Amino acid sequence: MTFADHLIIAPILIPLFAGGLMLLLDGRRREAIAAISILSTLALLAAAIGLLVSSMTQDPAQAVRVYLLGNWPASFGIVLVADRLAALMLVLTATLGCAALLFALASWHRAGSYFHPLFQFLLMGLNGAFLTGDLFNLFVFLEVLLAASYGLALHGSGRARVSASLHYIVINLVASTLFLIGVSLIYGTAGTLNMAALGERIPALDPSERRLFEIGAAILGVAFLVKAAAWPLGFWLPALYAAASAPVAALFAVMTKLGFYVILRLGSITAEAGGGTSIFFAEGWLFTIGVATICFAAIGMLASQDMGRLAGYSVLVSSGTMLAAIGFGGTAMTSAALFYLVSSTLTVAAFFLLVELVERGRTPADDVLAVTLEVYGAADEEEAEEEEEVGVPIPAIMAVLGVAFLACALLLSGLPPLSGFIAKFAILNSLIGQHWLTGGGTVSLQGWILLFVILVSSLATIVAVTRAGIRTFWTFTERELPHVRGIELGAVTALVALCVALTVQAGPVMRFMHVTASGLELGRPYVGAVRSQPRITPPQPERTP
Amino acid sequence: MELVISITIGVLAGSGLWLLLRPRTFQVIIGLSLLSYAVNLFIFGMGRLRVGVPPVLDPSVPTNLALYADPLPQALVLTAIVISFAMTALFLVVVLAARGLSGSDHVDSVERSS
Repeated sequence: MTFADHLIIAPILIPLFAGGLMLLLDGRRREAIAAISILSTLALLAAAIGLLVSSMTQDPAQAVRVYLLGNWPASFGIVLVADRLAALMLVLTATLGCAALLFALASWHRAGSYFHPLFQFLLMGLNGAFLTGDLFNLFVFLEVLLAASYGLALHGSGRARVSASLHYIVINLVASTLFLIGVSLIYGTAGTLNMAALGERIPALDPSERRLFEIGAAILGVAFLVKAAAWPLGFWLPALYAAASAPVAALFAVMTKLGFYVILRLGSITAEAGGGTSIFFAEGWLFTIGVATICFAAIGMLASQDMGRLAGYSVLVSSGTMLAAIGFGGTAMTSAALFYLVSSTLTVAAFFLLVELVERGRTPADDVLAVTLEVYGAADEEEAEEEEEVGVPIPAIMAVLGVAFLACALLLSGLPPLSGFIAKFAILNSLIGQHWLTGGGTVSLQGWILLFVILVSSLATIVAVTRAGIRTFWTFTERELPHVRGIELGAVTALVALCVALTVQAGPVMRFMHVTASGLELGRPYVGAVRSQPRITPPQPERTP
Repeated sequence: MELVISITIGVLAGSGLWLLLRPRTFQVIIGLSLLSYAVNLFIFGMGRLRVGVPPVLDPSVPTNLALYADPLPQALVLTAIVISFAMTALFLVVVLAARGLSGSDHVDSVERSS
């Protein structure tokens, strides 16, 4: 067992120990705590990239790496599994963690106590949930990340945060009970909670047990749809994300993707057993729910007055698009959805950070003015005629923020030339290409519906974001300018730059996504790797009993 | 015994769900607790109900797994109890904070007059 084999557990251990160490330190030694936090998050990023690289270089059969905790064989003990999809999610989480931490270091981490330990525990929970190969262990990691997220959502306190967190906690506690009911039904029928073993045992199930198993799987699925904030289970999300402090909201952007990840993972493992279709969400339910989520989010975007809620609804758009895409099925579609996942997560995180910077200069009077402006639009025109200024100078900081805002708007709505366009184009292309070019027939009704809904939601995004942008950057120039620090701007720029890099390197990234998606489609490499992982035989046979 | 257990789970879950939908935060807390009791019993029941059989290996009992109770659901219940207990405590703190900030124990922090 070499160092590289132990790398799988590093994304869980690093934040765990870093967080624990911070709790031991005196709360007043902020510099030391911040330094540990930075080191830990950077180490996490390095470990995640290491896992991603090692999953890429090997041939597909060996790309799945299994870690037996406590050296128990997989049927008895708990396993960690790192394949391409898990490694991709780890890198995404660590990247967002770095950006959010950088942003928080400017001021937000002083807004309340225990920001850094909670931040590390949230990262640990996320990484554990991505790596685990066991359903109950998934529950435990979910609770770790949720407990940390409750604390972080409350970070900075204030009435809006406490009120939104109250709803968030209740909804997630109920979702956890649903999760437990689903897990216990699955255990009661299949006799195992190991995901790989489940994939093997489903075909051998008795028909009467099978019905019970499917009920359990459906209940489990509902719990994950709550996490993914799918309609009608996602009403909690916009209020919470708008209320949460900016770096926290940026990191939360990856939390809805966790629900999507688990649905994709369980779907791929059980796909073979169900005769090609997934046991979890067969019969096109996922597609319907995804389309409904997109519609709801598009209407919500158009209706939202402040930018925080707008960003919240854009999270809903992205999770709806991904759910509908994997509900539609097909390798090309899944790989496009994965590309969209990375692009939209980075975009939404950048947007949350940006919104906070822009809103800093905003006073409550501005919001009232914005509403009255809509109602009495004529008054504004007269005013404009009176003071005939030729060229109002735009302050430099607003210009920089404006450019970043423009990039985010392009990315969110999927307009060329940035990666948002490539992601949406890939989805639309596989929608049309699958049936039109290869099938020889016409695009199915589902395909047309998804095509229409995605395009309309993009239009709604453009309208909503443009309106917010005009209101912020072109009017009310007399208001107080936001005080922005360099590292805050750096965090936003880094996220946008990553999206640009994703655009430039779209070809290689797309190929990687395709290999990932086809590995998921088979399901077999994952199950085989977990089931056949040998135990480590210790070098000295004389062990202490 | 199966009937008693299932009726118990049903009553606990039903009253928990009803309380969960009430407007006061205290009712919601009690509802969540009752729901988690129901779920814990349910997990336990999923390991099949057996009376008087040990869950851990006993030298005096013949080595046949049919003579033992399934230990895994018991371990799962233990974990679930700890987690739900901790989450209830955390939720109580948030409820108290909400009460202090808004002066209301309504779940929306705003009293509805009607």
